[in-house]
Amino acid sequence: MATDVVTVTQLEAWVRRFADLIAENRAHLTELDSAIGDADHGINMDRGMQAVLGKLDAAPPGAADELFKLVGMTLVSSIGGASGPLYGTFFLRFASACGPSVALSPDDVVKACRAGVEGLVARGKPELGDKTMFDSLHPALEALETAVGAGSSPGEAFSAASRAAARGRDDTVPMVARKGRASYLGERSAGHQDPGATSAALLFEAAAAAFGN
Amino acid sequence: MKKLINQPTTVVTDALAGIAAAHPELRVDHDHKVIYRANSPITGKVGLISGGGSGHEPLHGGFVGVGMLDAACAGEVFTSPTPDQMYEATKLVDAGAGVLHIVKNYTGDILNFEMAAEMAGEDAGVKVETIVTNDDVAVADSLYTAGRRGVGVTVLLEKICGAAAEAGADLASVAAIARKVNGAGRTMGVALTSCTVPAAGKPTFELADTEMEIGIGIHGEPGRYREPLGTAAAIAERLLEPIVTDLPYERGDAVLAFVNGMGGTPLLELYVMFAEVSRILTGHGISIERSLVGPYITSLEMAGCSITLLKLDDELVRLWDAPVCTPALRWGM
Repeated sequence: MATDVVTVTQLEAWVRRFADLIAENRAHLTELDSAIGDADHGINMDRGMQAVLGKLDAAPPGAADELFKLVGMTLVSSIGGASGPLYGTFFLRFASACGPSVALSPDDVVKACRAGVEGLVARGKPELGDKTMFDSLHPALEALETAVGAGSSPGEAFSAASRAAARGRDDTVPMVARKGRASYLGERSAGHQDPGATSAALLFEAAAAAFGN
Repeated sequence: MKKLINQPTTVVTDALAGIAAAHPELRVDHDHKVIYRANSPITGKVGLISGGGSGHEPLHGGFVGVGMLDAACAGEVFTSPTPDQMYEATKLVDAGAGVLHIVKNYTGDILNFEMAAEMAGEDAGVKVETIVTNDDVAVADSLYTAGRRGVGVTVLLEKICGAAAEAGADLASVAAIARKVNGAGRTMGVALTSCTVPAAGKPTFELADTEMEIGIGIHGEPGRYREPLGTAAAIAERLLEPIVTDLPYERGDAVLAFVNGMGGTPLLELYVMFAEVSRILTGHGISIERSLVGPYITSLEMAGCSITLLKLDDELVRLWDAPVCTPALRWGM
């Protein structure tokens, strides 16, 4: 039975690692978006996460809810597009579910992730197979729940979630988009990997790295 | 990329500085990237705000002024503004009569305006109504798409609703007129070249010298068909046919015909197009009662145009003819 907790320091490391991965993948995300969207996903996500880093450096939050509220509000006010409200809502709901804790049990993390994904679904109303972020978030959340339920440590559970997110991301390639700007392409959107599903998979990759140590 | 810019990251803020310097009758909140009328809020008047990604100028900032918008929020190029911007704009223009949010149908714009309207209602107690424009017939309107895009009709709607609000119509009435305009207007566009988002540095899509993209969006989103470049007469047929049959516009209808430049096409060519539009509509027995020709909702330096038809009645003609004084549209005063 795992007793590992995730500390606020590790949660902040997760956010910072996500910012680094977004920066490293900035050109890649924008290129994916130029094929089926408007060629700005990497640029916008990087602007948002760099703004988050600036705020974290200026005033490091003491509790989990403060941390994720800061991330959510900053993304909402700095990304724009659809990604701002969607990622922003994910982190704001994540924050509410955490409460003012300084350490989260694996079950708490699962609960917060589920709240975040539910908030995102309420905002964007995606369904599985629409070729969106949700196509990698949903399998990631399921894998996370299964792993934590089976007693995996947070690092192991997020590694499993990250692998599931990557598979979900890859599965978006043949899909025909039914949401967002890519949907204007109809059948022409098939054969391209979804940029939102790609950045969402980085979120779980970052968690696996941050909680794995 | 050859552009008159200082650096890609400051295009929007630098342009807002220019707008503030050129138009003393307007104010610019540089922190929130909001352009608003200097005398805001106006007692008793419904506030009209719009906004969207930059790169479509003069839409929306160029339409702030008497008889049109009260405020416009500027996003990054081709990226929706954020809820805190619309929230600030809403508070700036509300004098108690409520605020109409004019939103073009793009997922990002919808989600950000939705969050802003929630904030304005919950935190500031402002009555907000939202109209979503979706006039682009190039997009199939089905459960399997984000729906038709908001394009040319947005310009006409901002003018007509602005006149109604200026004349003292209440929020429900202005919103009703907005729905009527959106319901009576249809648009389709064509691109002859791509455009380059400054931060991206390279063209959004490739289009050969001999090709055109029929049904293009205002962000370089692909259209319905890629075809060999035709004559103005052939292109006008190609754009008008799906518009006329969609509403449909019928023999005896009076319309406002709007030939819009995408940013890189000279007025000379837009008037060549207008002549073809006039010829074709005459053939359908549809009379052009009002017209608008020029670059009003653009896509950076893209060459091409869009055609919008708006079916008119006496009320819409009266509101269209009412005085307007904005940087980009001005008559009657």
